[in-house]
Amino acid sequence: MFFQPTIIALLLVAMLNAAMLAVASPYAWQLIRQWDIGSGSDRQLRLERLTYFFSTLLVFVCLLQIASTLLFVFNADHMHTMFVGAMCAIGTLNVNQWGFPALYLQLALFFMAALWLALNALDNRARDYPLVRVKYGALLVLAPVAFASLVVQLLYFGNLEADVITSCCGSMFSEESESVAATLAAIEPGPAMVLFYSVLLPTIFVSAWHWRSTGFSRLRAGAVGLASALAFLVSIAAVVAFVSLYIYEHPNHHCPFCILQPEFGYQGYLIYIPLFAAAAFGMASGLLAPFNRFSSLATLAPTASRRLAGQAAVGYALVVAVCTLMVLKSNLILLD
Amino acid sequence: MLELIAIRKAFNQGKPNEFWALDGIDLEIPQKGVTVLRGPSGSGKTTLLTILGCLARPTEGRVRLHGELISGLPERFLTEIRRKTFGFVFQQFNLIRGLSAIENIILPSYPTGERRSVLLERGEALLEKLRLSHRRDNAVEWLSGGEQQRVAICRALINSPQILIADEPTANLDTRLAREFLTILKLLADEGRTVVMTSHDPVVADSEVVDRVISLRDGRIVPDLAQVFAQAFG
Amino acid sequence: MNDWIERQRHLLDFTLTSLARRKTKNIGLLVVFALLVFVLASVSLYTQALRSEAVRVLEQSPEIVVQRLVAGRHDLIPPDYLEGIGRLRGVRSIETRLWGYYYDPVLKANYTLMVPRTRTIEQGEIVVGPALEHTRGLGTNTGISLRAYSGELHTFLVTDVLPHETELMSADLVLMNEGDFRRFFNFPDGHYTDIVLSVANPREVRNIGLKLMEMLPDARPILREEVLRTYNSIYAWREGLLLALLSASILAFGILAWEKSTGLSADERREIGILKAIGWETGDVIRMKFWEGFVIAFSAFLFGYVLAYVHVFYLRFFLFEPVLKGWAVLYPRFALTPQIDAMQLITLFIFTVVPYVAAVLVPIWRAATTDPDTVMRS
Repeated sequence: MFFQPTIIALLLVAMLNAAMLAVASPYAWQLIRQWDIGSGSDRQLRLERLTYFFSTLLVFVCLLQIASTLLFVFNADHMHTMFVGAMCAIGTLNVNQWGFPALYLQLALFFMAALWLALNALDNRARDYPLVRVKYGALLVLAPVAFASLVVQLLYFGNLEADVITSCCGSMFSEESESVAATLAAIEPGPAMVLFYSVLLPTIFVSAWHWRSTGFSRLRAGAVGLASALAFLVSIAAVVAFVSLYIYEHPNHHCPFCILQPEFGYQGYLIYIPLFAAAAFGMASGLLAPFNRFSSLATLAPTASRRLAGQAAVGYALVVAVCTLMVLKSNLILLD
Repeated sequence: MLELIAIRKAFNQGKPNEFWALDGIDLEIPQKGVTVLRGPSGSGKTTLLTILGCLARPTEGRVRLHGELISGLPERFLTEIRRKTFGFVFQQFNLIRGLSAIENIILPSYPTGERRSVLLERGEALLEKLRLSHRRDNAVEWLSGGEQQRVAICRALINSPQILIADEPTANLDTRLAREFLTILKLLADEGRTVVMTSHDPVVADSEVVDRVISLRDGRIVPDLAQVFAQAFG
Repeated sequence: MNDWIERQRHLLDFTLTSLARRKTKNIGLLVVFALLVFVLASVSLYTQALRSEAVRVLEQSPEIVVQRLVAGRHDLIPPDYLEGIGRLRGVRSIETRLWGYYYDPVLKANYTLMVPRTRTIEQGEIVVGPALEHTRGLGTNTGISLRAYSGELHTFLVTDVLPHETELMSADLVLMNEGDFRRFFNFPDGHYTDIVLSVANPREVRNIGLKLMEMLPDARPILREEVLRTYNSIYAWREGLLLALLSASILAFGILAWEKSTGLSADERREIGILKAIGWETGDVIRMKFWEGFVIAFSAFLFGYVLAYVHVFYLRFFLFEPVLKGWAVLYPRFALTPQIDAMQLITLFIFTVVPYVAAVLVPIWRAATTDPDTVMRS
């Protein structure tokens, strides 16, 4: 099913991303091989000009990914009426086996582009651009991901046919199901809450500590990065396991997408925007820290890492606050 | 203060029309005074000026500013240094048409992110200093040649640079205006600024404002006879 | 942070004056851009509104309609048919319906003649849909003569006109008394056009549909959700097809944008050279150019979208109406309910702004990486 405006738009973005990164890759390879910061040769000057192109390109890819991921979810929600048994976005994503992988690849590309930009921002502050090879090596990884995202989306949309009986939220998250999503929902709201707070609060703490501390420890920065990634997954699990229940005020509606809809006052954005930002900041904080071994980044990397950790701490604090508030103001009573 | 060591600069490197505009320049520009680069067209004086002013990177050789090596710096940092340290006055003035005098003057400060009110204040002070306040809001294309140059000088000074770079500043001025320019130059030199300019205008070369003349030919410095004698017999 | 904001303000400031200085060049691009947004937004706002109009109306219709098929064609429901269905569990109510099509040679159009379930109409009277009101000049207390397929002439008195809100579905409706209906069409007594079932629990609808097919092998149950689904996919498909056709114009626009920004005038090139020489960095120039693109794209998008909104919801989509609405002669003339949808906005944005940005990316970078020493090498 390709002739749907939104699907065409999504494929357009995926193609654009893949094409731009594919065209850019040989140049990235050239940068890796021929970069010589000390030289004033024409070639070096040309390569230096190229770096500006790459940073502009990646900003564009990153923004496109944000729009495209949102659109992907909206579209899934919107199309559920076309599939028997699909009650919301999850049903549409489950119509064939490519739905969720397509979503995961969208998210992966977003995070990779965001991390690349963090790396780039750090590198641009050091006078000898010490990370050039690391950066453009990483860029070479992005192109295959963008390409995979395109292919999986083509497979997903190509194999979408209206009327296929699909499972909806209710049956998808039933305890018998074996899928990953089902295990998320199978966590009882009580343990899920305990897990949520026992991961998120330490994450906020370690991030804030890293941000505020005077000494710099790579270990601590690494902990911020790992904790942020973990906190992201746990938060998504928490949304599925209990936050959504409180928002819908329904003991069995676990969908993490419906909360983005106007029927539920767009409350999902209040959770997802700080969550995605915090995850990107936190992971970037951990990613940048080890680069303090380069002499020109000895102070820059820790400073950047600390600042990002601070932003992650604020973001996760917001996530916890918003989720807590939603649970508290809900009329649903799950736990005494 | 500004030191060039074995500078070479090539254009169209690796192509059949490759050409070395500078071919081994060693030069030191002292902290104070006015230096003039002189030479026939094609001698490389403008190219040398672009390297002195951090507008271009040398293909080979090193540039030091206050002892710091800056020749290998990427454009991002070179620009920052250029913005802080150098002011430029071009032969064609190179003002942006359609913008008023004051807007042209504060343009170099946009990337610094200073508040507009602060920039305007500084720009107005400069206009005042060069007796041009009455032209503040006129579009630059309506100003006379002399006025345009004074606007260009104001623009060069907006970030209070230590070094002023001028390319053939009197080429488009008559003798009276050229002398006026030299007066302004004197004012700036007396404030302790370094001035480096190219010129083949005798009015400039003979002026008492000028402390040092460096002659170029075919991309090399032609030794100054007086200096050679001084070294040989002093 | 403050520095950053201040810097962006300076850049935006410069961009605005720079755009104003090159009015003619930018206005051309702006107009084409806005036109593109206008066309695409019109199509998509219109289909969106039609779709939700259909959904809104269908939501009030029964869950299941049962038709009988003979030789694969829709046939009349015989009198004994109803009894079997009555025993099905979960069915809240069963009603029979009488309706048919009538071709009016005066207008060269089809009407839907129907016996209403919810209102009673006296013999010799009819109630007409809004389309008939304005095309045949019918109003309350006017008479109309229709020649039946048997050749007889029947005269009716119009007693009411249906409300305009549901015009998409009721435009060509003529409601009449059951006796009139049977006489007009020579419709056999005891037979009906179809049967409608309403079901209490929406989850049961499919099961009841399956049971009906088992019980009455010649019956065809039509589920409301299926009709909805069909409407949805047909409208989306048509919109998608139209957009795909329009992609040629999107491409043309991309080329125009590329061309416009590659063909930097000597003046502009010189300006960028000056900016770089006096201390602007490549990144600053890219940001400035980004703001320029943003201002153009944003104003074109806003302008085109607002125009499209007015076109669809206030001017009744008069420019492209025939393409999308269908091919009926009696066009419904209803005002659509205005609505804006986030998904639709992002889709439109991707169709218009993204090609623009992609097209100007390389030219902007090329312009921004002009060597700062070019001004001295003139």
